Amino acid sequence: MVKKIITNKLKHDEIIKAESKNLNFFYADGTQALNGVSLPVYENKITALIGPSGCGKSTFLRCFNRMHDLYPGNRYDGQIILQPDNTNILLTDVDPIEVRMRISMVFQKPNPFPKSIYENVAYGLRVRGESKKRTLDEKVEEALKGASLWNEVKDRLQDLAFNLSGGQQQRLCIARALATEPEIMLFDEPTSALDPIATMNIEELMSELKQKLSILIVTHNMQQAARISDYTAYMYLGKLIEFDATNKIFTNPSKKETEDYITGKFG
Amino acid sequence: MTIQNKPAANKNLDSIRKTIANHKRHDFIFASLGTLVIASLTITLLILFLDLVIDGYPRFNLDFFSNFPSRRAARAGILSAWIGSSLVLLVTFFVAVPLGITSGVYLEEYAKKNWFSDLIEINVSNLAGVPSIIYGLLALGLFVYSFGLGQSILTAGLTLALLMLPIVIVSTREAIRSIPVHIREAAYAVGATKWQVCRNHVIPYSYGGILTGVIIGMARAIGETAPVITIGALTFIAFLPPSPIGLEPPFINFDWLESGFTVLPIQMFNWISRPQLAFHVNAAATGAVIIMLTLLMNGFAIKLRYNIRKKIKW
Repeated sequence: MVKKIITNKLKHDEIIKAESKNLNFFYADGTQALNGVSLPVYENKITALIGPSGCGKSTFLRCFNRMHDLYPGNRYDGQIILQPDNTNILLTDVDPIEVRMRISMVFQKPNPFPKSIYENVAYGLRVRGESKKRTLDEKVEEALKGASLWNEVKDRLQDLAFNLSGGQQQRLCIARALATEPEIMLFDEPTSALDPIATMNIEELMSELKQKLSILIVTHNMQQAARISDYTAYMYLGKLIEFDATNKIFTNPSKKETEDYITGKFG
Repeated sequence: MTIQNKPAANKNLDSIRKTIANHKRHDFIFASLGTLVIASLTITLLILFLDLVIDGYPRFNLDFFSNFPSRRAARAGILSAWIGSSLVLLVTFFVAVPLGITSGVYLEEYAKKNWFSDLIEINVSNLAGVPSIIYGLLALGLFVYSFGLGQSILTAGLTLALLMLPIVIVSTREAIRSIPVHIREAAYAVGATKWQVCRNHVIPYSYGGILTGVIIGMARAIGETAPVITIGALTFIAFLPPSPIGLEPPFINFDWLESGFTVLPIQMFNWISRPQLAFHVNAAATGAVIIMLTLLMNGFAIKLRYNIRKKIKW
């Protein structure tokens, strides 16, 4: 069994970018939302998390940028090791702000700030103390291009972000997360509030982005996971049921529960 | 296949229409009741205001604003009163607004939520309803006697600031609470610290709500009489405090803070207690001025808030 996993990895020639090890998570009211989740995130790959509502996928995702630290009483137990420096980002002496500077996040609902398009993208840089206009201009342009939004907004960078359509707003949020050159990007159901065309744009964008970074995405849409991801993890009731190459999960899952969920018998 | 118009279906439709009509009648009743109440209130206020304006009409001229109070009603003006009111409000504004916003932000963003913060919250909300005379007595003991600030503009400004503070704190907290969680999380997710989130997001997005509180507080402060009388404001003043802006460097001086003063409501109170009818005209005119000032402030605030909110949609 162990041997098989090793050969599997060799075959794919993957580099681990981050890895959760036996991760448990408890909300302030004592409920255990994650139960011993161990999962690798490979470099330059898209890893999708699927599972029914309330299975802990978003909770798991939000551990990667210590979002749970914003609310008192939440507790992590276990490790998330970030490579190449082998840091356990869940340790209390690792500053969550440092973690968020390395791992950025795109949310379910487009959430641009009520500021200009330019300021939205530049905010991450400003937070890092960047104030030179030329550097900011360059990086904002680069990020907007990276999020394939540049052509649509280059003439109105000072417009309010709210004047963009939903899909554009979400790409703006991706640009904002991209501007700071993160190592991993987390996507929490990024297309659930968007129409099919905007969804397609974002999916294409993610496939381009993985050339530069690693992506972890939570999605409710199984077709989406099948279309874009390289690896898929199926979670249920806070536990990781199965993790494998996306092909394998969707064509020949090794667990009965996974198969039931994917074929729609459950969930 | 033909669809037959069954009489039973018709009957059913009739009863649905009847129900809707019935429910709409409730709508109508409530709307008319509301209109009636609002109209009677507005009309009462309007009549009171018009009465003041008509009574005080003979005195509406420049002299009234540029004359000191006088023993002769026809020559008496409100110069010292409106300047006093303005300077007191200036102190109030610069004390209550920064303190109030800071406290509101601290309580909402930084303070740990426990029984102690609940206690503070209850007390702050409660303070907003404490009778103003209590603030006046507190100020008399604290500012006038303990701190030795005297019966000055500074004392009055600080007293009214105390009165205004809870209103600013409560409205700041309400405004902060209305910022959606996902905007806040977006800011944290790019790596902002708590202070960066407060300075760049929380405070700017709450300006609209804070402003409302500030104006309500200022409007309350401008009309307050009891606490200002309690700390010993003078009723007859025929001099102006030293000017805050000078022609020689350093151009700004703070001597006026220690000056004696009077304010518009006290001036009005003073005139109304005179037996001569001519002074009552002055009092009416002063009342109209106070109301118009409040109206202007409120109008300005509403306009400003509208401009701010136009840029912010959640």
